Amino acid sequence: MTEQVRDEGGKCVVELGGEIDLDRAPEVRSLLLDCITRGRDVLVDLSRVSYIDSSGIASLVEALQSASKNGITLGLVAISPMALRVFELARLDKVFTIYPDLDAAMTTATADQG
Amino acid sequence: MSGPITDEERLLELRFPARPDRMALVRKSIRGAALDYGFDDFAIQEIVLAISEACQNVMRHSYTERETGDIVVSLSRTAERLIIRVTDFAPTVDPTKIRSRDLSDIRPGGLGVHFITELMETVEYLPGPGGVGNILLMTRKTEVSP
Repeated sequence: MTEQVRDEGGKCVVELGGEIDLDRAPEVRSLLLDCITRGRDVLVDLSRVSYIDSSGIASLVEALQSASKNGITLGLVAISPMALRVFELARLDKVFTIYPDLDAAMTTATADQG
Repeated sequence: MSGPITDEERLLELRFPARPDRMALVRKSIRGAALDYGFDDFAIQEIVLAISEACQNVMRHSYTERETGDIVVSLSRTAERLIIRVTDFAPTVDPTKIRSRDLSDIRPGGLGVHFITELMETVEYLPGPGGVGNILLMTRKTEVSP
């Protein structure tokens, strides 16, 4: 397993790693939806993700939509240039909130909450 | 395609069961071949992504859980192009029914065909050898001297 979930600053931080493809996307989907049911805002750290394809993106889109329905936020953190290219290809780079690193995510998300 | 492919040099051929858990190994092999050919990291990732999406489409749409089979990925080159063929042995697919979804309709899935057409220079769906199965023929201009 290359995923880790922890509570930090009142948020659910999900660290993903390795390659997120058709084989691993169901596991990622389940992990993210489980975090969302906890009712805390979710930050998905992608810094250790070396590859993501349309299946991985689908899991993140489903999680984003589920978060939105539940009135919580889901942001992406430390996305690699190659992963960002995949989001750009899918025209999703402006749909997700993307933070350069976890500090920025924590600071910005806290400031947004007032 | 602008014309027939001539002077094609074979680089790599992989035959594997159409199962998601085989794709990590397939990607590793393709990365190695593309690196050996002289593509840079960014181009390699794009080539790997296009092939991976093509294989996923075969697994999800051509084969079924009850009737699955093999996929053959082959890479070859000419002086100007990298040529990729993804062959399956499933029932023949009508190419006119293969399309991407509207990208403004944000929902999970439906991006594979879009990725392939964005990342490759030419994309063509052909019947398999002897009319069995399907071949996805993709080419990409080489950015390096072979």
